Amino acid sequence: MIPRPDIEDVKAIGYYLGKIILSLSATMVVPLLLGILLGEFSPAMDFMVGIEASLILGLFLTKICFTENDLNWMQGMIVVSLSWVVAMVLAAIPLYLSGHWLSFMDACFDTMSGLTTTGLALVQDMDHLSYSHNLWRHLIMFIGGQGIVIVAVSLFVKGFSGALKMYVGEARDEKILPNVIHGSRFIWLVSVVFLVLGTIALGVTGIVNGLKPFNAFFHGACIFMTAFDTGGFAPQSQSVLYYHSLAYEMITVIIIVLGALNFKLHYHVWNGNFKEMVKNIESRTFFVSILITFSITAVGLHQTGIYPQALVLFRKGFYQLISGHAGTGFQTIYAQQFLSDWNNLALAGMICAMALGGAACSTTGAIKMIRVGIIYKALRQDIKRIILPERVVIVQKFHHIRERFLNDKMVRAALMITLAYLALYAAGAIIGMLCGFSFLESLFESTSAAANVGLSCGITQAGMPAALKVTYMMQMWAGRLEFMSVLTLAGFIVAAVRGK
Amino acid sequence: MPGSKKKVFFLIFVLGALIFYKSAYAQVVSSADLIRRAKEYDGKSVVYQGEVIGDKMSRGKFVWINVHDGDNALGVWASEELAGNIRVTGAYKHRGDIIRVSGIFNRSCQKHGGDLDIHAQAIDKVSDGIKVKEKISVVKARLVLILAGLSGLIWILIRLKQR
Repeated sequence: MIPRPDIEDVKAIGYYLGKIILSLSATMVVPLLLGILLGEFSPAMDFMVGIEASLILGLFLTKICFTENDLNWMQGMIVVSLSWVVAMVLAAIPLYLSGHWLSFMDACFDTMSGLTTTGLALVQDMDHLSYSHNLWRHLIMFIGGQGIVIVAVSLFVKGFSGALKMYVGEARDEKILPNVIHGSRFIWLVSVVFLVLGTIALGVTGIVNGLKPFNAFFHGACIFMTAFDTGGFAPQSQSVLYYHSLAYEMITVIIIVLGALNFKLHYHVWNGNFKEMVKNIESRTFFVSILITFSITAVGLHQTGIYPQALVLFRKGFYQLISGHAGTGFQTIYAQQFLSDWNNLALAGMICAMALGGAACSTTGAIKMIRVGIIYKALRQDIKRIILPERVVIVQKFHHIRERFLNDKMVRAALMITLAYLALYAAGAIIGMLCGFSFLESLFESTSAAANVGLSCGITQAGMPAALKVTYMMQMWAGRLEFMSVLTLAGFIVAAVRGK
Repeated sequence: MPGSKKKVFFLIFVLGALIFYKSAYAQVVSSADLIRRAKEYDGKSVVYQGEVIGDKMSRGKFVWINVHDGDNALGVWASEELAGNIRVTGAYKHRGDIIRVSGIFNRSCQKHGGDLDIHAQAIDKVSDGIKVKEKISVVKARLVLILAGLSGLIWILIRLKQR
């Protein structure tokens, strides 16, 4: 028998959801101020509508559902999964009002893509988008990359123990510091320090490359936010190709790699423990994985003969690969070129890289390096067990911040999530094929959406079937939250309908 | 036979007009076509037309401009002299100059790190860019006021109840 959720469950969920919505409305003040400052009055009004709508809903929920009870695990998970859906709708209001999206659903697609740091976009005439709307697109990626709840927990909500439940619900199963709020603030500290450094580096490079000074720093800030949060939105329709600059590409690669590393690893490196970088299972797996997937892609590109010079092949191949592997989605080629100029082998390398992702407790999506590393170690342990005499006790260790012994529970958890991701990639690919696309392009786009990458081979556009838009939105959402909180929400709905 | 002579002249005139028409206008290739059939166009002379968007990026004696034809923006590599006529570039408050570029199309330019680009040989300005006047929607303004009143009312009610 499934117990039906009671009124206290609904009140707790509603109250904390309201708090998160109020936090979101506060973040919309940033593009509003920029709009006023630059004399973009129509966009400023779009943000005023967005702020007011969020305020009304947030105030209403915190008032109607007021409770002094803390969240339990189930409630915390549901708050997280719902907050991403509500944030998607509210964040889409100013975008839709701009007139650059053909429907509200398209605007929601872009905000879900932004919040989940995916990078697939349906925006129209992006090159004439206002600065304030463009800033908002990049800011939601920054907020989503840190985690919507992290924003609320670290900046707007006074300490409460339910923070831990929501923190875990946002697919951060590792605590950087014993106190979640301190951990969240550390994530912000790292991000803001890198934001300043990254914006300066990209801004100066932009000026050297011929951008106007204001544009150079505006683009620098936007590109940093989406590179560090492995998102992939860019201020211009051509993505990073717009800059035609090797220096710009190199800087973004550095930022992307920084964003793909575990924040816990950042913490240790910040405290002078540089050896952790070399010893850590995630950084090692990441390195090996890049090497293997790039080799596959490079061989494929060599076969096509499109990039006869090795340096050019490396520049194009490696950039798309690292962008895909880290789940960013910046492109220096046109979406259609993946299908017209790259061969199946090169695409296979790309799809594998996208499916694997970066480190856990980072801003990347997908299966993640810690799980790949654990599965590899488990495989090695099993092979040793077969080869070595039965009396030999086989102990498998790995290094992640400290030395750890591999146990069955870890392997089971890693395999479960890996299987769930593979199923998600396959489900999206099947729906893509049902909509009339070929196997490879369907798999490419589906993996890109579910792994929160954002590279596109051309399927994602405003004219694609609505069913596919909904599929990709669901994939982005489930992929970013790593299933648990989404499944808890599904269970909650079932319990509310069928429970006694 | 003056009648048949006239017919021959007329036929030659029509054919000539057709050939002239083809060479003058049909060569304008769309970005979608250039990307889709990049292999066919690679290294060939093409004519491409569109709006200059973003910044005109100076690189020594050359500039990079990005030209959008409604589907995609393509990078155009041109000498400063050729691009000197470009005054307005497209952004939120501007519609950029519409230009017609004649140049060599590269599917993967070895000089520019494999970029798909056009190396301009001639640039003609089709029309001047303009400043776009921002329109404030009355409906939007009303919505702002109504929602402001509503959120203010809720806030006041909450504050009153707290007392």
